[in-house]
Amino acid sequence: MKDIGKKLISENSFSAVMMGNHALVRAFIESGVKVLTSYPGSPTPEITEALNALPKEENPIYFEFSVNEKVATEVAFGASINGNLSCVFFKSVGLNVAADSFVQLSLMELIGGMVIILGDDPGANSSQNEQDNRHFALMSYIPVFEPDSPSEAYAMFKEAAKLSQENRMPVILRLSTHICHAKEKIDFESYQKQTLAYKTEFNPDNGPYIPITSLVFPLKRKALQKLTSVKKYSENNPFNKIINHFNKQRGIICSGLTYLSLMDIMPELNQKPDVLKMGLCYPIPESLIIDFLNNHQEVKILEELDDIYETQIKAIAYDHQLKVRIIGKNDLTDWENEYTPDKVLEILTKTWPDISHPKADLESQEKDLWPVKDRPAQLCPGCGHRSAFYAIKKALNENDISVADIGCHTLGFLPPYQIGQVLLCMGHSNGTAAGLSLFNTQRKVISFLGDSTFFHAGIPGIINAIFNKHKHTLIIMENGTTAMTGHQEHPATGKNFNEITEKIPLRQVLEGLGVTHIWEVDTYQQDKLTLAVKEALSEDMFNVVIAKHPCMLKFTRELRRKGNSTPKPVKIGTKCNLSYKCLSEFACPSYQIKENGEVWVQTDLCIGDGSCKQTCPSLAIESQIKE
Amino acid sequence: MQSFNIFLIGVGGQGIGLLSETIMKAIDLAEYKVKGVDTHGLAQRGGTVSSHIRMGDQVFSPLNRTKNVDLIIALERHEALRGINLFARQQSTLVYYDAVWQPLNVRLRKEKQIEISQISDSCQQKQIKEYRIFVENLIDSRMQNVALLACISKYNLIPGISKEHYINALSDIMQENVLNKNLELFENLINKSI
Repeated sequence: MKDIGKKLISENSFSAVMMGNHALVRAFIESGVKVLTSYPGSPTPEITEALNALPKEENPIYFEFSVNEKVATEVAFGASINGNLSCVFFKSVGLNVAADSFVQLSLMELIGGMVIILGDDPGANSSQNEQDNRHFALMSYIPVFEPDSPSEAYAMFKEAAKLSQENRMPVILRLSTHICHAKEKIDFESYQKQTLAYKTEFNPDNGPYIPITSLVFPLKRKALQKLTSVKKYSENNPFNKIINHFNKQRGIICSGLTYLSLMDIMPELNQKPDVLKMGLCYPIPESLIIDFLNNHQEVKILEELDDIYETQIKAIAYDHQLKVRIIGKNDLTDWENEYTPDKVLEILTKTWPDISHPKADLESQEKDLWPVKDRPAQLCPGCGHRSAFYAIKKALNENDISVADIGCHTLGFLPPYQIGQVLLCMGHSNGTAAGLSLFNTQRKVISFLGDSTFFHAGIPGIINAIFNKHKHTLIIMENGTTAMTGHQEHPATGKNFNEITEKIPLRQVLEGLGVTHIWEVDTYQQDKLTLAVKEALSEDMFNVVIAKHPCMLKFTRELRRKGNSTPKPVKIGTKCNLSYKCLSEFACPSYQIKENGEVWVQTDLCIGDGSCKQTCPSLAIESQIKE
Repeated sequence: MQSFNIFLIGVGGQGIGLLSETIMKAIDLAEYKVKGVDTHGLAQRGGTVSSHIRMGDQVFSPLNRTKNVDLIIALERHEALRGINLFARQQSTLVYYDAVWQPLNVRLRKEKQIEISQISDSCQQKQIKEYRIFVENLIDSRMQNVALLACISKYNLIPGISKEHYINALSDIMQENVLNKNLELFENLINKSI
C-alpha cells in the first residue's frame, strides 16, 4: 500500500489489509503516544516501516532507536514520568537486556502511562531461544494483554494504554512472531487529532521515585494494590470470550494465536469442547475461570510455551476445592515450538484420543518421493563477512577457539567456514572468550562482535578484558549498519532515526577504553586481513582487529535506488581447472555446479563485486567491470 | 465461500514478500476475506522463505495446515519440491518459476541438484496439476515473481480473482518507475503461451 502513511494518520475510520506491526502505529496515534523507543529485533522492527511512512510534518510521535533495550526502556520511562504516554517495543530476548530497569517499573507512578510491547518468538523463528516472557510479568507485577491477531493487537494496545494511564502503571502487550507479521483486514476507528504538546511535568512528589531499603515496601504495596484493582478489570475485559458448544464434559482454556489454531481445527473435532479464550494472562479473571471449571468435568489448558495459565488455574482450583480434572502439559513436546493448527490437533488427540477421527488422511503418512534437505540461511553475495571468514580461517590453527556473537556474522558457524563456535547472546563474546582463554596456553581464542552490538552490549566485555588483562583477540565485523534486522543506523553511522548526528567511531572508542593494539583492514583485502589476525594472535595481550566492509545488500539496494541497477556478474574464464575453491571454501552462493562438474555463475545472484577473484588459484574468475 | 489455501515458497531475496502482498491485495479487492503471514528475519538471508495466504469466511489462523494447501506457488526449483512435500494436498496445483539457486549442500557437492523430472514425478504421485514457468532473457531477475503472477492470472489459479484485480493490486503496491515495467511483462506473458 503506497499511501499507508497518509491512511494511518487520517482522522477517518477505514479498513485495510495490514500487518500487525503496521497496524500498531495507528493504535499509537489514536491513543496519543508521544514517545516511542526501541532497539531493532525480529519480530518487531517493521513497526518503524509504518512510522517512517507517516508524513513527517504530521507525525505526532517522537521515535528513537536507542542503543539497546535497557536504554530504550529508560527513555520511555523518563518520558512517562514527565507526563507523556510512552511505549517501548523490542524482541523477546530484548527483555533480558532491559530487565534491570523493567522490573522496577511497577514500583513507579507512571503519570503519563507506559506500554511495553514484547515480540515473543515461539518457534525461535529468529531468536536464540523461545523464552516465555510472561514469567517476567509475574515477577514484576505488570498486567499482560495477549492478542490473537493484528486486529486484536490494534484494539488491545488502545485498551492497554488506557489501563496504564488510569492506574499510572506499566502494562504489557505481548505479541508473538505470527501476530506481528500476520496480515488481515482491520477495521480502524476514527479519532480526533490531539494538539497536546510534550509535557515536562516531572515532580518527585508524584512518586516517591527512590526505592531503597525500607522505602521499597510502600512502593511494592502500591504496585500490588494496583494489580489487585486490575484483577477486577480482567474479569470483565472485552477480550475474554466463551465459545459455547454446550459440552458439559470437556472445556479448553487458551489464549492468543493458539485460540485461532484451535478454532481452525474445531470442525474436525468430535464432541466439540467449550472454549474459554483469555484476554489477559496476568492477572487472570478468577471468577470467570471458576465458573468455567465448575461447568465442566475436564478442562484442558492449551498453552503455548510455558505453564503460566496452568499453574495459576490449578492454584485457583485447589483453593476452591473444585472437583474438575485439569489437564495441563503432558510431555516435553508440549513445552516446545509454536502451537500451529497441526500441533493443536496433535495435542488434543493426545489428551482425548477419541476427539479426532482416526487418521483418515493416509496421504499425510505417505512418504515423499523425493525429499529435499533444508536450505539454511547464508551470507549474501559480496558480503564482507565471507571474505573475513575466508581470511581469518587461514590465520587460525585447527585447535583454536572462535567465539560467535549475534549478527549476520553468526552464520559463520555453518559449513564451509565453521567459525564462531559458541553463542549466548548479544555482546557475550568478550566475556566468554576471556573465560576460554584463562590458563589456556595451547589454544588461541578469538571473539567476534558486530558494530551495532559493540554499542549495544559489547563495551563492558571489552573493558573487562583490558581491566583484568585477558589475552584474546577481538575481531569487530564492521559493516556500517544493523544489517540482520533491516539496516537500522547505529552510533558509528553518523545518522540516527531522525537526523544526521556526530559519528562515534569504533576505533576512537577502543582507544579511549585503553586498547593499545588495533588493526583496521577492509575484508576484501583478504591477505592483509590474514596477516593482521596472525600478528594479533602472536601478541600475548588483548587486542582488536576491525574487519570492515560495508553491507553489500544495503550498498546494492542504494545503488539501485539511485538508478545504477545492473550489476555486472563475474565470468569464469578458460583458465578454470576445477579446483572448486570458489564453491567449497569461499562458497559464495553465486557459484553453482553443473552435472558434468563445471562451475557456473548464477547471474540472478552475483553482484559483480569480485571479492571471489583472489580465492581462485588459477585466476580464472574475470570481472566484467573496469577496476 | 469455502476456504482456499495458498502456500508460497522461495529463497530469501527473490521477492516473495511483494508477490504475497499483491495476491492478498487482489483477493481483498475481489472482496473475499483473506489472512496470511510471511517469513521475516534471519531466514531472509538466502535461506528458505515462505508465506501463507488463506481465503474464505471460516479461516481463523493465518498459518496453513501441512498437506492441506490448494495452490503452491514457488519461485525456485528446489523450493517447489519442498513446497509440495510439506504442504500440498492430493489433487492440488503447483506453479513454479524454474530458477535454480542451488542450496549449500549441492554447491558443496554433498547432494545432487533437483531436476524438473523429480518435481513432475512428485506431482504425479499426488495428482498435482503442474505449471512450470521460465522466461528466457528476462530483463531483471527480480521480475520472476510477476512472471508467476501472470501465469496465476492467465490460468485462473485462484478462484474468483481476475486479471484486473491483480493489475489493481500491483498498482496499489508498486511505485510508478517499476510499475510500468512490471505491468508490461504481466500483459505480455498473459498474451503469450507460457
